[in-house]
Amino acid sequence: MGAVFLAMLRREMALAWRGRTDVLLALSFFVVVVCLFPFGIGPEANQLRAIAPGVVWVTALLASLLALPRLFEHDLRDGTLEQLLLSPEPAVVWVLAKVAVHWLVTGVPVALFAPLLAGLYDLQPDVLPLLAGTLLLGTPTLTLIGAIGAALTLGVRSGAVLLALLVLPLAVPVLIFGAGAVEAALGGVSYAAHLALLGAGMLAAVALAPWACVAALRLAVQ
Amino acid sequence: MNATQERRQRWRQGVEERQRSPRSLWRFAAPQQFYPLAGRLAPWFAAAAAVLAVAGLYLGFFVAPTDAQQGEVYRVIFLHVPAAWMSMFLYLVMAFWGIVGWVLNTRLSFMMAHALAPTGAIWCFIALWTGALWGRPTWGTYWVWDARLTSQLLLMFLYLGYLALTRAIEDPRRADRAGALLAIVGSINVPIIYFSVKWWNTLHQGASVSLTRAPSMATIMLVTMLIMAFAAWFYSIAVALWRVRTLILERERHTDWVAAELDRLAAKEKE
Repeated sequence: MGAVFLAMLRREMALAWRGRTDVLLALSFFVVVVCLFPFGIGPEANQLRAIAPGVVWVTALLASLLALPRLFEHDLRDGTLEQLLLSPEPAVVWVLAKVAVHWLVTGVPVALFAPLLAGLYDLQPDVLPLLAGTLLLGTPTLTLIGAIGAALTLGVRSGAVLLALLVLPLAVPVLIFGAGAVEAALGGVSYAAHLALLGAGMLAAVALAPWACVAALRLAVQ
Repeated sequence: MNATQERRQRWRQGVEERQRSPRSLWRFAAPQQFYPLAGRLAPWFAAAAAVLAVAGLYLGFFVAPTDAQQGEVYRVIFLHVPAAWMSMFLYLVMAFWGIVGWVLNTRLSFMMAHALAPTGAIWCFIALWTGALWGRPTWGTYWVWDARLTSQLLLMFLYLGYLALTRAIEDPRRADRAGALLAIVGSINVPIIYFSVKWWNTLHQGASVSLTRAPSMATIMLVTMLIMAFAAWFYSIAVALWRVRTLILERERHTDWVAAELDRLAAKEKE
């Protein structure tokens, strides 16, 4: 089982490296959208500081959504997905590996870039590590929930828009606790509960989402 | 064939056997058997809903006293609360049928989930709309980001997602199962969403009005609300049964019995 996981991990990493412009696209989307907000609401520093955690988090959510349709699409088109599902190896394992790599190439860069961009919003430097930390803790959940949506809408017409409609309402709790932790820190309150809930959400998603994802994938290739 | 597949096949055969047996209730899991049953049941539920709605509206408009603080406007509660209850309840019923369908492999369960979704979405919309109309005179605004309102809004999005997904997938088998899966995932998420939104709201809580402070309600108001809730429930059952009949005809259109039924309906229309 571990071998399957590692083999899939290596394959996905190689694919991600060869298609690295895709990774950069999601990241540039994140950067551009975060920079867009001040134009809409004005450059007043206090206001920007107040909305910074929310803006960064919402944009990270949208950026993670942007890359999701590609998660299984290519494998479906060239038949790999069908072969993988036919193989005797447990599907949950390689799905988890795929999702893990997807998170590595979309979630992690966003989390690492977020503190830089939050600097544009004049956010206090001491909460920047926390912002990156909440993103690192929360984006796996987003990717896992998104993977269910991606599998459900695989090969469906206007699937990308549908995917957004399916996934966004489910992602609200992650958004609340992610942005909430940073805001709690800004307000001088303890943010431990937020982090604990984010972590709990991630563990629950790791345990449950791959199963739903596999069920949806089996439907898609039938 | 491995052991799991064998077990699955035995189970499926057992289900089919029970569906065929004339005395077992399982036979109604076959669309052909359920179609006439639904046709017989639906008018009764519709009639019960109509009677209860008339009774509830009469009590609501003429018997229930005017509220000391809110005046007459509070009477929207008799529609608002049943609609909100129904919208949440129907989502769970939808997920329930989804689980039944996945476990027992019965097509009718998925059709039932399909038939419930539009009604649930409409209740959700009614709850939001009447809530907005009620909020304006009492709190001076159509919308506050209160926990209940927000989770109701998200529930609306979940309904829309279900409807959009099941309509976008052309293969009915996949649409059924994908929709059921979404409903199950959504129903796990509904309580999480509710509590997270509640917590979020208490963190932000400024001057907004608290809805959780339940005013001590006169018994007659409570009774009226319950009557209206039952009316809404029976209405939902009736409408879902009628809708599932249409779905059965659509899905089974290649079978002989549907052809015969359609001929019968056409002849009836001509008369």
